[in-house]
Amino acid sequence: MTRPQTTLLLLPALLMLVLVFAAPLGWFFVQTLLRDPDAGPLWPQIVSVVTSRAVLQAIVTTNWISLLVTATVLVLGYPVAYYLANRSGVRFTLVIFCIVVPYFTSIIVRTYSWMVLLGTDGLINDALVWMGIIQTPLKLLYNQFAIVIGMTYVLLPYMVLTLYAAMKSIDTNLLRAARGMGASGPMTFFRIYLPLSLHGVISGALIVFILSIGFFITPALMGGPSDVMIAMLIERSVEITLDWSSAAVMSLLLLAVTLVLYAIYYRLTDIRRLMGA
Amino acid sequence: MTQPPLPTGKGALELQDLVKNYGAEPVVNHVSASIRPGEFFSLLGPSGSGKTTTLMMIAGFVSPDSGAIRMDGADLTRVPAERRGLGMVFQNYAIFPHLNVFENVAFPLRARRVAETEIRARVKDALGLVQLDRYATRYARQLSGGQQQRVAIARAIVYHPPVVLMDEPLGALDKNLRYDMQMELKDIQQRLGMTVVYVTHDQEEAMNLSDRIAIMNHGRIEQAGEPGTIYETPANAFVARFLGEANLIPGTIETTQSDEALLVTPAGLRLRAPTGDARPGQPASLFIRPEKLSLTATTGNVLAGTVRRRSFLGNIIRLSVEVAADTNLTVDLANTGVEPPAPGATTTVAWPVGDGVYLTQ
Repeated sequence: MTRPQTTLLLLPALLMLVLVFAAPLGWFFVQTLLRDPDAGPLWPQIVSVVTSRAVLQAIVTTNWISLLVTATVLVLGYPVAYYLANRSGVRFTLVIFCIVVPYFTSIIVRTYSWMVLLGTDGLINDALVWMGIIQTPLKLLYNQFAIVIGMTYVLLPYMVLTLYAAMKSIDTNLLRAARGMGASGPMTFFRIYLPLSLHGVISGALIVFILSIGFFITPALMGGPSDVMIAMLIERSVEITLDWSSAAVMSLLLLAVTLVLYAIYYRLTDIRRLMGA
Repeated sequence: MTQPPLPTGKGALELQDLVKNYGAEPVVNHVSASIRPGEFFSLLGPSGSGKTTTLMMIAGFVSPDSGAIRMDGADLTRVPAERRGLGMVFQNYAIFPHLNVFENVAFPLRARRVAETEIRARVKDALGLVQLDRYATRYARQLSGGQQQRVAIARAIVYHPPVVLMDEPLGALDKNLRYDMQMELKDIQQRLGMTVVYVTHDQEEAMNLSDRIAIMNHGRIEQAGEPGTIYETPANAFVARFLGEANLIPGTIETTQSDEALLVTPAGLRLRAPTGDARPGQPASLFIRPEKLSLTATTGNVLAGTVRRRSFLGNIIRLSVEVAADTNLTVDLANTGVEPPAPGATTTVAWPVGDGVYLTQ
């Protein structure tokens, strides 16, 4: 098949993307920021929204929670990915099944199930009280701790699968070579394995961070009143305060940050290809 | 934590009845060998013959089901790979892609916590030995296959291990470079006086490099000895064929005298060769290398035949001569400019009685 013909294959998807994503988004920005007679010129609008207390607070909260989630996912995901990269057969299938099946389950269902576990009358509190470890139920839900748990659970597969791909591409002969040359297990890990899996760590962390900063459902359902992330603020502006221009500025900001991070992610995988890996 | 020792031994290696099974399949089947200090010892065989697994057991990456490995008298069988103190060159070089040439070669020294100044001196020496002095800051992806090979060798010899193991190290190089590297490798080995255990499936390479070769097949050593000895007097048909072109003429031993025995083939040919292990009445094959056959000699075993095929191979011209029904002999003639007989021509084929060997297995 020639090149123009194969390019045609992309057309339906491209059309879909333009119709349901790019066009409405552009229309939204134009309508709210440029055409709205009450809004005034563009730049002061942006400055006033970004410097408002609520938005600044939301930006800090969003970054903080996203960093916490990324770190937690990395710490939990690295050993799992390592296990997967070094196993085959039934054990591999079983673990990959456990990682991937939640991935295909609705986020809302998964978030509600965490709420059932973490609630004041939830399974965990009931069990702890019943065992006599605590007298009154702990506050496990509606705080940052709950958000981080919920988001970690949702985002773990992205990290594990990214790390798995990176680890799978490491030539096991290199590890053998290191051992054969007298390197201890820890030395082999820190001098050889970790550096060779580092691009996976960075890619995985970027993906998780990118997804985290736009998260809505989990923080909205599991967070407390003060844990407002940027996506929740956008939703409030649209639904409750009807301040569409603020919503548009925040959306633009979120989109810009996401695209910049994605560009870094893309460059990273590109560099890797250049290195012949 | 203790560091692996800097080697002091001389590199005598003893493989004692090594066995390794994968499932019910014996991959290495009672392999024994005594490798002398400073010897270049090759394990030669087709793929799946167990030569690499044997090497991996010596390296400590595979543990034998039974048997023992000793170096200079010390039992290594249960010693982990990182404490055996051996050098190793891997098939695809296994150069660390994120470290430059200097750091790759320095790696075994760093594992032994050698002082920085000594590391610098030793790495410089090793890189000098493989003529890579000017490439210390390069990365593997910036090097050619031959240069990567040199890095792997420098890294294996930098801490002067008494024994260096090599797993088809030249397998990925093209033919000309390969021959040059063989020469260099042999030169380095002799200068450092190290023991080398070398795995290859290339018989020319093994013969060129080795003091002794062990021919492996189905997990067993079929024969071990100096290249000339096993080439001229193979123990069986497998060894005979694996080391090069071989004529094997099957028949039955009719009579034996003190120094020669007579073989009669089903087609009625009567041939003589040194008696060896042959006993009258025993089925045997007469083995003779194609380059030992002559079209002009008139003594020894002389057979009349017809040329069936003629191939030009450059330095030799290979003829297939039919000397009896179902019996074709391969004859290699040096390309001396004399026109050899064309297909269809009749000729004689002769060879000295002493050049033949009876294979009775």
